[in-house]
Amino acid sequence: MSFTIATTLDEALQALATGARPVAGGSDLVVGARHGKAPLPEHLVAIDRITELQCIEVTDAGVCIGAGVNHHIIEHHPLLSNAFAGLSDGSALVGSPSTRNVGTLGGNVMNSSPAMDTGSPLMVLGAEAELRSLRGSRRVGMAELWTGPGRHSAEADELCVAIHIATPAPRSNSAYLRLEYRRSMEIAVVGAAAAVTIADDGSVSAVRVALTAVAPTIIEVTGIGLGSVAEVAAAAAAAASEQARPISDVRASDKYRRHTVGVMARRAVEAAARRALGEPVSVPVNRAIGIGAAS
Amino acid sequence: MSDIVNYHLTVNGMDYPVNAAQGRNLLSVIRAEVGLTGTKEGCDDCECGACMVLLDGQPVNSCSFLAVQAQGRAITTVEGLQQGDEMHPLQRNILEEGGVQCGFCTPGMLLSATALLERNPSPTEEDVRIGLSGNLCRCTGYAKIVAAVQRTAAELHP
Repeated sequence: MSFTIATTLDEALQALATGARPVAGGSDLVVGARHGKAPLPEHLVAIDRITELQCIEVTDAGVCIGAGVNHHIIEHHPLLSNAFAGLSDGSALVGSPSTRNVGTLGGNVMNSSPAMDTGSPLMVLGAEAELRSLRGSRRVGMAELWTGPGRHSAEADELCVAIHIATPAPRSNSAYLRLEYRRSMEIAVVGAAAAVTIADDGSVSAVRVALTAVAPTIIEVTGIGLGSVAEVAAAAAAAASEQARPISDVRASDKYRRHTVGVMARRAVEAAARRALGEPVSVPVNRAIGIGAAS
Repeated sequence: MSDIVNYHLTVNGMDYPVNAAQGRNLLSVIRAEVGLTGTKEGCDDCECGACMVLLDGQPVNSCSFLAVQAQGRAITTVEGLQQGDEMHPLQRNILEEGGVQCGFCTPGMLLSATALLERNPSPTEEDVRIGLSGNLCRCTGYAKIVAAVQRTAAELHP
């Protein structure tokens, strides 16, 4: 048994190289251990006091978000909530105010739940995870990173240190919505994110859609044709329902999930398009346009 | 046992030496080792917010946070809200508004509300409901709790 609090990235990587597991907020790790999902690791290294993991770096090329940045910050960050609004939509829905305060982007990504709220936004934004170990550093796209429920392709000594997202094209934006039964401490019944680029004539010139909680991992929808916003939204809905591979569980039947994920995909495309056209749609979209919105 | 670790926690400004198993959560250490029982165990699953404490002023579900990870940080429990002999304005207002029935959720509500008002001194009703959304109450129907928080905000920032 050992527990160390790392204050530098090097200390954390050294600990991982000798078999320790990282803990940031602990909201997945500690709850999971209590549920018998996985016992608490024997050797733990706390990574929540490493300054290098807390940075948000913006350049012309894109943004680098440290893995230790929490969801509260992503929800309220002026640049992220404008230019990468779909990601802020996702972070704004995680858990409760306290969960968003301790829960980190890196933790959400590496927990690799198919129901994670930042997953489909990161997928449609083309994000890459930067994995670092004493052996070196590499970047992995989301589709390559997530391999199954709670499973990912990172090695045990690799720490996710940052998420990189390229600057979207002009007149582009994103949105994420989820179906929820409760406004807080909820896990997505289903969810969908869209990233949309609008051409000069008002039509959609590029679209990406990804789905939450309808397959063993977050999945990207393929084969959505281009056209007007309404046409693309309808095509995304049909493709989402067709390509979803949902299960039935305590929260919803597979049939209900298959239908509602199409509704979420349509609304995500519509909200992303409105944002891309410069219309303010506040974060999170769930509260702005209906699902769980204030009356 | 080999997994017992020794460390110190700072709770409500006081230093407490702790000897506890490495995997113990902050909630159980605050209640059983530190001896402050105002922090409640409700669901023990990060759902209900009865265990809410502040860590460096930010709300944290203490049932799902490792106690050993809280060393070196300022922990505030409901016992730390009182100012001398005076109740905290939130405590007084939640009583006067009738926002306490069985009282089990009250410590967690008070701490979430404290953090909310620190971040947002003049919250709307919607802001209060979002700020308290991680705290469940099975008695009051929330309206009186929300009113107490808004009344406190109005008193502190007229």
